[in-house]
Amino acid sequence: MAKEVSECTVWEIRVMKLMGTPVGDRNNWSISNYFYLQVLAACFYPALLEDDSLPLDVKQRAESLLRECDGGSVGSYTDSSGITKIKHCVSQFITRRDGGVPSSPDNIFIKSGSQTIMLKLLIHSKDSCQTGVLIPVPTYASFIIALEEQGAAIIPYHLCEEQGWTLQVEELRKALHTGRKTCNPVALYICNPGNPTGHIQSRKSIEEVIRFAAEERLFILADEVYQSCVYGDDTEFYSYKKVLSEMGSTICSTVELASFNSVSKGFMGECGLRGGYMELVNLDPAVKEYASRLFSARSCPPVVGQIALDLMADPPKPGDPSFPTFSEVGEVFAELPGISCQPLKAGFFVFPCLHFSLKAIKWAKKRQMEPDMLYCLRLLEETGLHVRPGCEYGQRKDSHHIRFVKADDFHISLFKIKDAME
Amino acid sequence: SWSWDRTSWQTYATNLSAFPAAQSEHLQQKMSENGALPLRGKVLTLDTMNANVKKVDYAVRGPIVQRAVQIEKELKEGVKKPFEEVIKANIGDAHAMGQRPITFFRQVMALCTYPQLLDDNKFPEDAKNRARRILQSCGGNSIGAYTTSQGIDCVRHDVANYIQRRDGGIPSDPDNIYLTTGASDGIVTILKLLTTGEGRTRTGVMISIPQYPLYSASIAELGAVQINYYLNEEKCWSLDISELQRSLQAAREHCNPCVLCIINPGNPTGQVQSRQCIEDVIRFAAKENLFLMADEVYQDNVYAEGCAFHSFKKVLFEMGPEYSSKVELASFHSTSKCYMGECGFRGGYMEVMNMDPEVKAQLTKLVSVRLCPPAPGQALMDLVVNSPQPGEPSYQTFMKERTAVLSALAEKAKLTEEILNTVPGISCNPVQGAMYSFPRITLPERSINEAKAKGQAPDMFYCMKLLEETGICLVPGSGFGQREGTYHFRMTILPPTDKLKIMLNKLKEFHQKFTQQYS
Repeated sequence: MAKEVSECTVWEIRVMKLMGTPVGDRNNWSISNYFYLQVLAACFYPALLEDDSLPLDVKQRAESLLRECDGGSVGSYTDSSGITKIKHCVSQFITRRDGGVPSSPDNIFIKSGSQTIMLKLLIHSKDSCQTGVLIPVPTYASFIIALEEQGAAIIPYHLCEEQGWTLQVEELRKALHTGRKTCNPVALYICNPGNPTGHIQSRKSIEEVIRFAAEERLFILADEVYQSCVYGDDTEFYSYKKVLSEMGSTICSTVELASFNSVSKGFMGECGLRGGYMELVNLDPAVKEYASRLFSARSCPPVVGQIALDLMADPPKPGDPSFPTFSEVGEVFAELPGISCQPLKAGFFVFPCLHFSLKAIKWAKKRQMEPDMLYCLRLLEETGLHVRPGCEYGQRKDSHHIRFVKADDFHISLFKIKDAME
Repeated sequence: SWSWDRTSWQTYATNLSAFPAAQSEHLQQKMSENGALPLRGKVLTLDTMNANVKKVDYAVRGPIVQRAVQIEKELKEGVKKPFEEVIKANIGDAHAMGQRPITFFRQVMALCTYPQLLDDNKFPEDAKNRARRILQSCGGNSIGAYTTSQGIDCVRHDVANYIQRRDGGIPSDPDNIYLTTGASDGIVTILKLLTTGEGRTRTGVMISIPQYPLYSASIAELGAVQINYYLNEEKCWSLDISELQRSLQAAREHCNPCVLCIINPGNPTGQVQSRQCIEDVIRFAAKENLFLMADEVYQDNVYAEGCAFHSFKKVLFEMGPEYSSKVELASFHSTSKCYMGECGFRGGYMEVMNMDPEVKAQLTKLVSVRLCPPAPGQALMDLVVNSPQPGEPSYQTFMKERTAVLSALAEKAKLTEEILNTVPGISCNPVQGAMYSFPRITLPERSINEAKAKGQAPDMFYCMKLLEETGICLVPGSGFGQREGTYHFRMTILPPTDKLKIMLNKLKEFHQKFTQQYS
């Protein structure tokens, strides 16, 4: 897309300015909203720190992270539960998320993705009485395989599809009762937000589940990796930890909970980096010691994943050089007819709203397709640009959106959309 | 009505899990009816925890390291000590000890992560080409995407090509290659696959003594049976087939031995097995129906004259179809050692030979549980097996850096052996390869008694004292296994040469002082 400055429209220049691209330098499309990619690249190859093209906050973050690595290299082993400074960062993130509920780095274990360690502690695969774990139906396949691998008995509880895949305690009770006939249930696995259902538990539902776990003496495994993928105005994510902390002193100090989060979902979507963490609540200190040992036998989590976690937990703030580009996006979209966008508060996904004419909506209905889905298909055909329609994510009735998947083509995407709309 | 104090309840509650399920539910109901549901005991306690976990011990990061970290904190806080810094010679982490990463590898990693740099003319063309190739193989052209569980296709192809070149043309099938999160992940996965049975039919795993404690820890965690075969310290830690035979026979009394693990070059011993020895081991495995696990992560770390690395696969195939079509073999490699030292990337691969196709399908399923190994580690593995070739712009620098690292290690291996052998009471076998020395130490009787009184292994007692007095952190031989009545420690040869010399001399002083103190 190299063009001479004089050939760029005013609008295009505006976009370039937004992207932090020196206007007129057609060879340098350095995109300053790539904060985390730049930090990672600089951590890999510190010679980049001497580069002028990297923003100051990128350099500072990379330098501070490299200082935490032995020998200043991301190639060194780290502590088996993760770099201390990063665990601190994650605990602060959790505290902020939960509106001030304290979180200790000592209860945080950074790991590369799976929940196997907790399963290893909980499950006796040899005993005459098999250990049982309650799991939702539907659930994702690899977790089932993980349970089978550990030799756990699987106790399914059904989510209520008619009510949007809600979790009903009565169903839990029924499942537990059945389970107790054939095994020794010790843990309750919850996935919130749900995979594959996309359901987000209400606060009340979470309280009911916690109360149930308290009464029935179950260890809660709360898989919350989709917590940053919350769409729609009326839904809010409540962490199990937060809700637990606000429930009476007996419950909040006794119910054992392990919650899981990762950089694989949500705004970062950096699954390949394998960065994630587990926070333990009310775990017996003697058992925690053994959890640490299991971690140490696995040497350490990948350093790159740990860094990604740090960036997720502590993204650029207003005022940082890498921040402004997000919020100005709305203004750029304002220039495009028929499309508007809320200020981006976080993340790498742009979710602008499309305003279709009645004619367009009717036409889509005739083809039995959502208007935004049809728009995406047309866009793909005419421009080769691949975006996802809002109907896949959930949106208010009669509103239509598109979601950009590939942020590194962002500026090109904008040009193409503009061309397509004309 | 019932009244229970907390401790009785906890004991009772844990015993409940041994009761038939229905009875426990009935009891719970009764108690809540009586309004006497006591304080909730924890679900997960030492008693209810998976008992196998209690046996897991990984000495490399064990109590001595915890104390070392504590001491570092104290030093930072200004506490006065007889030394200024803690030297962590316990773990095989080259970069932590100042070794520099290979420039080319890091350039490609930066390019893969932040593809904008592909337009930056400060990066050489060969680095850019590798980056483009890797990115093209990744979902969404991003190293941040999930990869297939077995690993990125083009990387597995490159690994297969590397193995083929290394082994003089013996073909390698990318389908038999699994990329792993460090070699450890592959090793544990195979052990998991092979562990089965109960009691007398429980899987027995043969492992060398001394061994790298990942094996003992994993065997304990999986509840398999550890079968020790002793390496011959008098003969430079070589492997005697008669010893393999002895240990196998004894093991057959109480378990079902089906795996033979061998680490070559050795950890902690540093021995590089001769070709003859490798053939003998293969013959033994064939005869006794054992699955061979060849841990070859130190394959580039060979220093001693007259020693060379022979891959198990190559030797297997050169022994003809009688063996090459029969013996089941898994070999492991990693990005953590050799000249790269990229431990933090968690890159690795394993190649499986002659695995039953149905079992292989199960293996593929097993690796899918953890979704995929870290993509950057996979990319790095690709660069290791596909490094700059003669004629490419980065070749000169690459070779210079690689040679510098390996020759420094060779020098330090020699230095370590020499200096340690001048200490009365310390005897060190030649460090033929890998990254460690595992010298034998003679401990005065009094120190052994004092240690035992404390409930400590005598070499742990020795190493703790060493740490407190000199700041040098080593791992006691008891963490690796050793013949009864002998004591050792494992020390890495990784610190920079100057620091290494100082360290060895401090060690010498300490040993002499210790011997005198406890005489």
